[in-house]
Amino acid sequence: MNQHPQKESILNKNESLSQNNSGLIVKIAGPLVVAENLTNAKLGDICKVGKEGLIGEIIKIEGNLSYLQVYEDTAGLAPGDKVVNQGIPLSVELGPGLLGNIFDGILRPLNEIAKVGGIYIPKGLAIPSLNREKFWDFEPVVKTGQKVNGGDIIGYIQESAFIKHSIMVPPNISEGEVIDIQKKSLKVTDQAALIKNPLGETIKISLIQLWPVRQPRPVLKKLVPEIPLITGQRIIDALFPIVKGGTASVPGPFGSGKTVVQHQLAKWSDADVIVFVGCGERGNEMTDVLEEFPRLKDPKTGRPLIERTVLIANTSNMPVAAREASIYTGITIAEYFRDMGLSVALMADSTSRWAEALREMGSRLEEMPGEEGYPAYLGSRLAAFYERAGAVECLGSPKRQGSLTVIGAVSPPGGDLSEPVTQNTLRVSKVFWALDDKLAAKRHFPAINWLKSYSLYSENTDSYFSKNISPQYPEILKQTMSILSEEEKLLEILKLVGFESLSDAERLILQTAEFIREDFLMQNAFDEIDSFTSLKKQYLMLSTIINYHTWQANQIAQGKSFQECNKPEIKEFIKKMKFLPENNLSIFDRILESLK
Amino acid sequence: MIIQYKTIHSIKGQLVFIKGIPPVKYLELVRFTDQTGRHYLGQVLETGKGYAVAQLFEQSQGIGNKNIKAEFLGKTLDFAVGKEILGRIFNGIGEPLDNLKPHFSDKHLDVNGFAINPWSRQYPNDFIQTGISAIDVLNTLVRGQKLPIFSGAGLPHNRLAIDIARQATVASQGEKFSVIFGAMGITFEESQQFITAFEKSGALTRSVLFLNLANDPVIERIALPRFALTAAEYLAFEEGFHVLVILTDMTNYAEAVREIANAREEVPGRRGYPGYLYTDLASIYERAGRIKNKKGSITQLPILTMPEDDKTHPIPDLTGYITEGQIILSRELHQRGIYPPIDVLTSLSRLRDKGIGEGKTRFEHPRLANQLFASYAQGKELRSLSAILGEESLSETDKKYLKFADAFEEKFINQKDNLNRTILESLDLSWELIKILPKEELRRLRQEDLEKFYNH
Repeated sequence: MNQHPQKESILNKNESLSQNNSGLIVKIAGPLVVAENLTNAKLGDICKVGKEGLIGEIIKIEGNLSYLQVYEDTAGLAPGDKVVNQGIPLSVELGPGLLGNIFDGILRPLNEIAKVGGIYIPKGLAIPSLNREKFWDFEPVVKTGQKVNGGDIIGYIQESAFIKHSIMVPPNISEGEVIDIQKKSLKVTDQAALIKNPLGETIKISLIQLWPVRQPRPVLKKLVPEIPLITGQRIIDALFPIVKGGTASVPGPFGSGKTVVQHQLAKWSDADVIVFVGCGERGNEMTDVLEEFPRLKDPKTGRPLIERTVLIANTSNMPVAAREASIYTGITIAEYFRDMGLSVALMADSTSRWAEALREMGSRLEEMPGEEGYPAYLGSRLAAFYERAGAVECLGSPKRQGSLTVIGAVSPPGGDLSEPVTQNTLRVSKVFWALDDKLAAKRHFPAINWLKSYSLYSENTDSYFSKNISPQYPEILKQTMSILSEEEKLLEILKLVGFESLSDAERLILQTAEFIREDFLMQNAFDEIDSFTSLKKQYLMLSTIINYHTWQANQIAQGKSFQECNKPEIKEFIKKMKFLPENNLSIFDRILESLK
Repeated sequence: MIIQYKTIHSIKGQLVFIKGIPPVKYLELVRFTDQTGRHYLGQVLETGKGYAVAQLFEQSQGIGNKNIKAEFLGKTLDFAVGKEILGRIFNGIGEPLDNLKPHFSDKHLDVNGFAINPWSRQYPNDFIQTGISAIDVLNTLVRGQKLPIFSGAGLPHNRLAIDIARQATVASQGEKFSVIFGAMGITFEESQQFITAFEKSGALTRSVLFLNLANDPVIERIALPRFALTAAEYLAFEEGFHVLVILTDMTNYAEAVREIANAREEVPGRRGYPGYLYTDLASIYERAGRIKNKKGSITQLPILTMPEDDKTHPIPDLTGYITEGQIILSRELHQRGIYPPIDVLTSLSRLRDKGIGEGKTRFEHPRLANQLFASYAQGKELRSLSAILGEESLSETDKKYLKFADAFEEKFINQKDNLNRTILESLDLSWELIKILPKEELRRLRQEDLEKFYNH
């Protein structure tokens, strides 16, 4: 395992520049730089490029030439400029101080950059990811003399009111013995513990772990994910649920509301930690999160949402190579929190931009292009990324389970779902929320098409729902879906023969389907109450609609006409039930009673 | 001292290969001089040991590999900024076109700019009244937004852009306002249309114009928006102006990008456009917005003509993924004589909800807008249904929807006779039309909205 806990940061290691691991630039073309005679070059090594010390990564070695993708703008570099190999793969600092902050694609803190660089992002800044000055109260849970292994928790830091940050032994250490442990306020680089390994070497454990982003963090074992991730979004929770540790994809043309769906999930999901990766998207969207999340409260804990959120931003005009890295940076952070036994959700908006970055570097390397110019390894890279999700038994003691849910947005060109990124994503993600621009044009949001979308977790969640919500719920959900697909058929017929030719039972289906669409599936992200709906309320809402349907169907079966079996007060209630506050749900009981 | 090199190896289209030179910087400017003393400007696109590939900013006609000399200028493409640029007209690489002397300034900014730190941004939420109901009520423009107009050949997109530029100015009296106009590959007549309009409204002295007409060098077309936005960033974030940037026509810009990429023998992507077109367009569109603790703002109104009115063509498609919405013009409405022919259902302003409502426009505005969208969509759907089945097959309510859809197009979208409506006028007009529909149908409105406005 390639781990370097002793190195402080790859970004401020200027002092370690030495002659014997440097080479000279021979060619520059966009983000691709070729260096000659770079000694000890290994694939994946991080290098400092040119006088400004731009960060680059070795992606190809050929003879004495090393090809680097550079994470910053290469304008102004010239052949003959020096390249210094740092000798370690692209790694990130993991430790207290990540939560509530925003970073660029290689984890440089954007708020610190703004202090130095003003409103624009300058090049070649070496700012450590985690604040070096801040003190954290470290509470140890191990004693000297105790044996420890990788993943064991040696102490805690109360990072915010609800996040207890575990300080863990790096995964590559086994059979160590604690020879010193602190109990006081520490800076992230201070020694929290000293561990002696079987070879007799002492290893300093600080509050920081360095981890190479392209390598998944190890776990004890993977589990089958079963508990739903409750998102408060009705169409998702009820019809196309996702589980803690599952994977989902949200493809859709522009303007169909991908980003709003992603933001809603980041806001309301009942995960402990959210990692939001803005990958090649709009700068203002990240600003939106930064401005809104401190004001919004987590429905579970009542604390500001920003306290549980880590933001990674590589906006569409930031360097392309760092876009490729941002996804890995994000998922490594997510795995780190998962290893503490937390449930983590990662949103990546958008994985298509990541794939495009891959394509751009591939074509600069003159690789043989595959479908639509994407490199042939697109599928395997995407699969490897989504496979880092999962419900797991974490490494080390105490025994704990964590989960990492991955939700990726996909931006198919022209909304065409047959394109390679969408297709490769569908092969590896288990939930598919298909966004539909026809629905978006009618301002039906979230514009998730109920006939095209699917979730392979429905069976897992059905048993959860019947245990925790109501034994009837799975049946109600089944009826809901069948009414919606029935409606689709009837609408086809309607177009040919007109409304008059429909039977009363068919008219009832159209009416109920309209209730389901307008008063249940449609949800306004910008309305204070409607933005989030608890599972309990979702169940009550759907029960009301379905029970009313059943009641009317019975009346019709007994020979009454559609007009006769009408309860205006129920209709009125259905239309406004989404705006009922969560603390006033008893009114549903009265309504449901009247439908028995 | 700048050394001249005569070691030009080959010339292919706009690309010049120079050999036997000491190291030059990536993206450095290079000046070629032919035997008559004429200068050609270029930029280094690839640099290696002893060689460089430069791209010319103008036609390569007339230059050979024996008759020219190359000088490397040691700097990247930059623009001298200062308040003196107001009222001036430049070409695509910042050289004056107005027969005046070049302006002077010590402050040279790299035209490629730098990415704005998302942490330094402020979310745009100030309502701009354009006087156009279809925009103000339904697809609201806010200060710092990038909102393109998707049009087609022969549609009145220029007129709409001019109307917006003129009317939006009025709404922000007392503040410093400037228009930056970037013309890429449009005709002389089209450019005159803009210049005359700016002159008439008196905006010309507060404007900066960058012109690259249809017969000007293609490569300058690629540099032009970058010069325009460098000027905009200077005026907005250093001088405190609210800058409206009109860029037309982005389709010509993207064509130029494709032309150059092909000349460089790059692997083509969809429809021959290079794979990095998204990133390239983003490097233009993302240079809009507001900044914390800065007075000014940059609002972008790029115009693009969709080839064959096709929204899924790469240029509108990639643009839509970057910009904060789009105003789409409809050929059908235009043919029926409706101006502005805005197709409200496919148009979108992503920033609308932050810019409207209580304290900004009026409290019921967000819900009213949603109601108009839903009802109009319903009306249009029924219109096509009645075309098949006949109007008699529709219910009474359905017929009201038809009536609403017609009135909505004729009275609300159409502003031929009343080009500049205040937002309150537009909202009141919306209520007048929505009353065509029975109250029970208005599901997106709240009880208090209906009580206040429907019953009166």
